[in-house]
Amino acid sequence: MPTITINKQVFEQLVGKILPLEELKDRISMLGTDLEKIENNEITVEIFPNRPDMLSEQGFARAFSSFIGIKTGLQKYHVKESGCKVIVDSSVTMRPYTACAIVKNLTLDDERIRQIMQIQEKLATTHGRNRKKSAYGIYPLENISFPINYIAHDPKNIKFKPLGFETEVCAAAVPELHPKGKAYKHLTEGWKEYPFFIDAKNKVMCMLPFTNSDDTGKVDEKTKNVFVECTGTDLRNVEVALNMITTALADMGGEIYSVEVVYSDKMVITPKLQPKKMLVDLSYINRLLGLLLKDTEIAVLFERMGYGWENGSVLIPAYRADILHQVDLAEDIAIAYGYENFKETIPNVATIGEEDPFEVFARKIREVLVGLRLLETKNYHLSTKEDLVEKMQIGENKTLPLKNALGEHNHLRNWIIPNLLRVLTDNQHHQYPQNLFEIGRTFVANKKTETGIEEKEHLAVMLCHEKVDFTEIRQILDALFSALGLEYAVKEMEHPSFIRGRIGMICCRNQELGLIGEFAPSVLASWGLLMPAVGFELDLEMLFEIVKGKEK
Amino acid sequence: MDDIKNIVAKLHPLERQVLPVLQQHLELSSIAKNAKLTEVEVMRALQWLENKEIIKIQSEKRKSIHLEKNGQTYKKEGLPEKRFLKALDESFKGLNVITKKAKLSREEATACVGLLKRKNAVEISQQEGLSVKITEEGKKIRNLEWPEEYFLLHVFPKEYEEAKDRTIVEELRKRKELISVRDEKKITVTLSPRGHELLKEDLSAEVVNRLTPGMLRMGSWKEKTFRSYDVEINVPKIFQGKKHFDNEALEYIKQIWLDLGFKEMTGNYVQSAFWDLDALFVPQDHPAREMQDTFYVEGKAKLPPLWKKVKEVHENGGDTGSAGWRYAFSEEETKQLLLRTHTTVLSAQTLSRLKKEDLPAKFFAVGRVFRNEALDWKHLFEFYQVEGIVVDPHANLKHLKGYLTQFYKKMGYSAVRMRPAHFPYTEPSLEVDVFHPIKKQWIELGGAGIFRPEVVKPLLGFDCPVLAWGQGMGRIIGEYWKITDIRDLYKNDIKQLREMKLWLR
Repeated sequence: MPTITINKQVFEQLVGKILPLEELKDRISMLGTDLEKIENNEITVEIFPNRPDMLSEQGFARAFSSFIGIKTGLQKYHVKESGCKVIVDSSVTMRPYTACAIVKNLTLDDERIRQIMQIQEKLATTHGRNRKKSAYGIYPLENISFPINYIAHDPKNIKFKPLGFETEVCAAAVPELHPKGKAYKHLTEGWKEYPFFIDAKNKVMCMLPFTNSDDTGKVDEKTKNVFVECTGTDLRNVEVALNMITTALADMGGEIYSVEVVYSDKMVITPKLQPKKMLVDLSYINRLLGLLLKDTEIAVLFERMGYGWENGSVLIPAYRADILHQVDLAEDIAIAYGYENFKETIPNVATIGEEDPFEVFARKIREVLVGLRLLETKNYHLSTKEDLVEKMQIGENKTLPLKNALGEHNHLRNWIIPNLLRVLTDNQHHQYPQNLFEIGRTFVANKKTETGIEEKEHLAVMLCHEKVDFTEIRQILDALFSALGLEYAVKEMEHPSFIRGRIGMICCRNQELGLIGEFAPSVLASWGLLMPAVGFELDLEMLFEIVKGKEK
Repeated sequence: MDDIKNIVAKLHPLERQVLPVLQQHLELSSIAKNAKLTEVEVMRALQWLENKEIIKIQSEKRKSIHLEKNGQTYKKEGLPEKRFLKALDESFKGLNVITKKAKLSREEATACVGLLKRKNAVEISQQEGLSVKITEEGKKIRNLEWPEEYFLLHVFPKEYEEAKDRTIVEELRKRKELISVRDEKKITVTLSPRGHELLKEDLSAEVVNRLTPGMLRMGSWKEKTFRSYDVEINVPKIFQGKKHFDNEALEYIKQIWLDLGFKEMTGNYVQSAFWDLDALFVPQDHPAREMQDTFYVEGKAKLPPLWKKVKEVHENGGDTGSAGWRYAFSEEETKQLLLRTHTTVLSAQTLSRLKKEDLPAKFFAVGRVFRNEALDWKHLFEFYQVEGIVVDPHANLKHLKGYLTQFYKKMGYSAVRMRPAHFPYTEPSLEVDVFHPIKKQWIELGGAGIFRPEVVKPLLGFDCPVLAWGQGMGRIIGEYWKITDIRDLYKNDIKQLREMKLWLR
């Protein structure tokens, strides 16, 4: 999640009040922003993805000032007309929307330039989804002439100087040469043409979604007036982005001017900073929060969160992108009311608790095995093909791989025994006997299920000491079935992981539940285990079904 | 006196066998010989006796003379030179003849010639090979007992220090495998006053180590005395069967929710993106859905019929009164298989099965969830989440705090705090902190909130407040057992599993 770093003095100036450190910390986290640290003169906060409008110092300070009751209510932003035009060519199908504005009379210094860069960068990664949905550019106004064309071109035919470059290059080389080109070229896969902003004097302003031109798109301390463009694939997203940027610039002291965006079939004037009106269902909010707020009280709380209030309707600031439903208003009311002020209550509602029946069964099985002095282990469900197949000397591979595991564990286990052999191998320095069991989930392919994978709870038991043999593991199995009041049989079979003639199929009520045997010395050797081991593994869910059927 | 009786009762059979011998013999080898035990057995008994301050064991270094192979033969059959001398007479005889007559080896015979010459007992001629005859001196000493012979009559091993005629010892030592002088440890015991006291006791009573079925059958136990054990000493360790400590804690957690009237939810680990994310209104381009956080599995899921409703809600809010996320919902994306990233997927599935008449209803799950991370001391790729939902038309935010407060009280945390947070599927969303009674600070344990109408309505069929939480338990569980490296929870170190104390809450 994105964090922003704020200069504490700038912040306090914007907020209009200096709070003691502890109160500042507390209020920041109660606003719904996660305070990471306050160090020296810097505040670092994490902004949740639903509030990109707080990704600027100005936006954050605006919300905070209102929250602590200094500058509450809807902030009004006046937009003057500039009459300047941006003409959108129908060729920009890959990024068809833009919203633009002009902001004049800014006073910039290093700190403010850093802030402007931070807004653009943080917004582009979160709200703009790493420039996929939208990207933004800011240009000194004096460098450019209107009307501006937003138009797609074959990059081979365009030359310009990308930001930070000394000389002009062919635009076709930008995805390979420029750092931002390399970072975002995956967004442009299959593009033959790229969108450009080109001004009236035919100067290239930027190549999207990569970089501004070094000639026209570089803001410095001398810059007073700027042109702001936002482009992207989603009109609403682009417009809200522009609102967030221009209101932040206005909070720096700038004056906002509108731009006429001319499409082939319509003309749109941006930015649109008039608030959106939404009728408030007061009883819904009260019910959800367990409060009894009156009209007048809720108006005060809304104003604490930067909203306006007008006869039962709320006025939502144009920079807020996250109000999809009444429920989003309810959360802001809760924040304004103070999460700390909600008193815990346990309602007087009777419901009946119930443990999952298989879990009850598994617990009983555990108790039987603990009574037989076995030690329960707990392994991960993710393992390796080497452990599950190769070391077990199994020919065919039926394990299910993961697509993108970061660690070495990249297969779902299809049986538990390899996990237990690993435990035994890793514990050879500890005292014997080492008699273990594990109940856990295994995974096999099965087209009939919703996911194509069948998950089964298995039980595996493993005995390991100097004199261990088939009889001893059979005795454990006997004890288990006798505890369940079931008859079972072991039938001869073959399995590459076990000694021939010492491996059997566990059968009960005409169903094959699992296998039991002595591990082949070659398997023990492949693990590096220098002690004989015997074991069994069975389908515990199948056993549960048998028991359930019998007890009915 | 009682002290002595007590000691007698506890004496081991070996000690009983050794003790009477100590009246006459105080040196290890002779004790062993007279007690008819091996020296190892005697040593064990002596050490036990010394522990009880009945005797004191001394050991000193000494040299002792041992009779070797040839020495033993000569002791029985006489020295070869004596036998050689006795085979001679006054006329010269060939060496072969003498050797045969004296039953010696050629090598011995040659050595005898030299030895006897030095004693002036023989005369040698080199004519017609080597021949020998006896001298007057020879005749004189032939029937005497020589000092060498006398020496061999001693009992061996013999203490070197005790041997009077050192020149004889040194001489015999030079000869082939006759005697040797070895460095040895001499172990002797002295009886303590307590030991003298003890020897006055009757040790002859038969003591029994073990009661046998035979004794019981025959009634012979009536005549037996049972040896007393030292019941205060440590015994070798045995190991109990045990549940995994993590499961003990999880069972406790489950019991809390059962006591609070919650029903358990279980379900698959492999889920579709539909159930894990889309049904929870997580937009398909949400940063958390990026590959690196989630394990994806090969294959495509079948979708339940309600997927179209969910798609609509994402795209335009459907009939929920929401504006929706306003993007084109991808069917391909929703069919992706993954390992569940949270147990909230179970809550979504439970909601889709609930009917209006089932309300109010409360559910919980204690289940594994997966995050695509490499293992390190604070990250696991599999861990547990505690999930809960309350589906109740009258539920509100205060109840949510109430349920969590109750739960954490039973987990040993007296206070719970809510802070604003953000999750795509809840509104209001909150972060749950509990107050750590020892560290005296708030610690963050997980998320909670009220499910958005965009989640509830498509799944349940109508809107209803659904309180929901998903809490991480690894931290609390690890802390109980003072585990600082989270990997130690599932290390399966057998010593750790055996020795870990129980969950005693």
